[in-house]
Amino acid sequence: MDVRSQIAMVFHLDKCIGCHTCSIACKNIWTDRKGAEYMWWNNVETKPGTGYPTKWEDQEIYRGGWEKKNGKVSLKGAGKRRGLTNIFYNPNLPIIDDYYEPFTYKYLDLIESPEGDDQPTARPVSLITGKPIDIKMGPNWDDDLSGTPDFARNDPNMKNISPEEQEVMFQLEKMAFFYLPRICNHCLNPACVASCPSGAIYKRGEDGVVLINQEVCRAWRMCVTACPYKKSYYNWYTGKSEKCILCYPRIEAGLAPACMHSCVGRIRYLGVLLYDADKIESAVHGDDKDLINNQLDLILDPFDKEVIRAAKMNGVADSTIHAAQFSPVYKFVKEWGLALPLHPEFRTLPMLFYVPPLLPVMATVKKVDNKDQQDKMDPIAKKWDDNWLYDTSTKELWGTLDEIRFPLKYIASLFSAGDEEIVKDKWKKLLAVRIHRRRVTVGDVSDEKADATLADAGLTAAVADAIYALTSLPKFEERFVIPAAHREQAIEMMDFTGDAKGEAGFGIKGKVKRGI
Amino acid sequence: MDVLNNFFLIALPYVALAVFLIGSIYRYTYKGFQFSSLSSQFLEGRKLFYGSVPFHWGVLFIFTGHLVAFLIPRGILAWNSQPLRLMILEISAFIFGISMLVGLINLLIRRYTTPRLRFVTNKMDFVIYMLLILQTITGLWIAYNFRWGSSWFSTLLVPYLHSIFKLQPDISAVSLLPWTVKLHIIGAFTIIGIVPFSRLIHFLVPPIDYIWRPYQQVRWYWGRRKVRSPRTPWSLHRPKNN
Ligand code: HEM
Ligand code: SF4
Ligand code: SF4
Repeated sequence: MDVRSQIAMVFHLDKCIGCHTCSIACKNIWTDRKGAEYMWWNNVETKPGTGYPTKWEDQEIYRGGWEKKNGKVSLKGAGKRRGLTNIFYNPNLPIIDDYYEPFTYKYLDLIESPEGDDQPTARPVSLITGKPIDIKMGPNWDDDLSGTPDFARNDPNMKNISPEEQEVMFQLEKMAFFYLPRICNHCLNPACVASCPSGAIYKRGEDGVVLINQEVCRAWRMCVTACPYKKSYYNWYTGKSEKCILCYPRIEAGLAPACMHSCVGRIRYLGVLLYDADKIESAVHGDDKDLINNQLDLILDPFDKEVIRAAKMNGVADSTIHAAQFSPVYKFVKEWGLALPLHPEFRTLPMLFYVPPLLPVMATVKKVDNKDQQDKMDPIAKKWDDNWLYDTSTKELWGTLDEIRFPLKYIASLFSAGDEEIVKDKWKKLLAVRIHRRRVTVGDVSDEKADATLADAGLTAAVADAIYALTSLPKFEERFVIPAAHREQAIEMMDFTGDAKGEAGFGIKGKVKRGI
Repeated sequence: MDVLNNFFLIALPYVALAVFLIGSIYRYTYKGFQFSSLSSQFLEGRKLFYGSVPFHWGVLFIFTGHLVAFLIPRGILAWNSQPLRLMILEISAFIFGISMLVGLINLLIRRYTTPRLRFVTNKMDFVIYMLLILQTITGLWIAYNFRWGSSWFSTLLVPYLHSIFKLQPDISAVSLLPWTVKLHIIGAFTIIGIVPFSRLIHFLVPPIDYIWRPYQQVRWYWGRRKVRSPRTPWSLHRPKNN
């Protein structure tokens, strides 16, 4: 057993309101620099939708992640052979138009234009060339546009969903969507690290944060291809790749990363997981259907005496072990089994887990006869001649699960490599908690029914209450349990990385200039 | 004439080599952030293929060829002792040279006709394009007109290069060579001298160690086992960064 610690995350998708505050917090701190304007280390996508960069999930286009062929797991579009032979020209590199051309507006024209007959306008200009452009694409171009032909219907997750099912999905009355905030997953088997020919990318042993050493990166640009989540970005100006650093200067000080700290929906949880590094190899080599279980098996019980002993042997600090015991991530992922990794089939063992959204499940559309209702209405009121109604009741225990507005396949293709049972299991638990809480607070659900639901989902009332408390009422310290770094042991960690902001932005301590 | 010969065939090489050595080491040690191939594929990802690929494979072959001849001239002569092998070497070198030239021209056109690339192009880029094109053209010219280059390079030029490195420069033979060959020598040392001041610096850090390195890399700020051991108190164990 080789116990290591990892700062891991849970995003509770039911709570995300799609406000993009997280993205802005990140942008303001880290990527408001030349060459980095187009980068959104944190971005929020509308699902179904094509995402950012466009269709990033389609590895037939981008060739990211690992793939298993004949029992061997190798990088799909990079690696030693491919990386070195394609080094002069990388055929799998996304280019800026796959993201969008960054732009700003000529705001000064609004106040500095001479007097004239026309209202001055602020024309959009490219942040690369400075020339006026027609904006055709942006990082949130598909925001809230589920159902549209350009975006939702091109979602790579629609691959396995039949055209008829899709038609049903996109009927106006039935349409549903949810938000998917994404950052780098700080994976246990990071494809970016494995693909870097110059060895500039590494995973920090102490907390598992994956970083790109800006002084060693040589712009061989393989990580951009290799990361299946497209979370390693190439800075076209400095000639260096960059990625989310999980605000490590904040983490080291025991503070929550900026995106998490500012999250309006309070959907984000961050804490320590202890895991067994010896098992990574075999976990990665599993069959598609075992990937999630293999990944969960890596995570160790922080209360287990043997685990604690092995952790201490490995130099994991007491404060870290303590934090692991109070980790909200451990609860969501392991104890309650509510959270799932995004696209486990990419085999990078992402350390960001998602509680799948219940929202598309809960409200089903029922055909009803609205005649009585309509007749009762005032004659001058506008009448809608529709005959459907949102039904959020839970008369049939799991009835809504089978009539959900999204094909279960869709969610399963995102979070469980297509295994519908796994997603269903999470949804059952989430629903059971709601039914149980409805009994407690509203009281219109019989004990019999509520208890049956809980038992069926494998929960007890106490656990359901705990889930409810951490979901709905968590204090800041419960959402973020972060052990500060032991800087007394690592002098280098003490250097203030903010000094060079605006230059390189991070991970570098002096003034920097673009190469020649 | 002697003055010119002395200047270009003795002084220039020494200056170039000194600048190359000191400059590259300095830039590697203190200017890590500026050490990059400055890839522009992200801004233009199609035309690059027709430039970068033929150019780089060409330059790698030609560069290795010169290096091998410089290191083991007798090996080349032995190889060339059979006419067929000589022809294979000369013809493939010529083809790689052409490939280099075609690549360079494509790169040049690409860089100056793609609007976005103007914003990641500097004057030094132009200088190295010109130097490399000149160098390739003189190389091809020499190969075509003075046969067979691979043989007389090994017997005539390698001793000259060796004499430079032995700090006993001997230009008696080289100074009699045609001016095109001299131009090629001058071009070579100019390019070497310019390396620390241009993006050419990237060829000094080819990622060869990737071949044997394990895929995953984990770095620790301190020795994680040592830190816990009572026999190596933290005060004695010096913290180490990557
Ligand atoms: C040692 C192995 C080498 C490697 C791995 C390498 C790699 C690269 C890479 C990745 C680029 C960026 C291409 C892009 O825009 O995406 C590049 C550009 C370039 N390389 Fe190399 N290179 C090597 C050797 C050389 C040599 C020996 C020379 C010339 C003496 C050279 C001259 C250039 C030039 C002039 C460019 C700029 C091309 C342009 O964008 O117009 N390289 N190289
Ligand atoms: S999400 Fe991508 S960039 Fe982040 S660690 Fe995983 S492979 Fe690397
Ligand atoms: S700040 Fe929170 S709620 Fe708002 S979009 Fe980001 S993750 Fe969602």
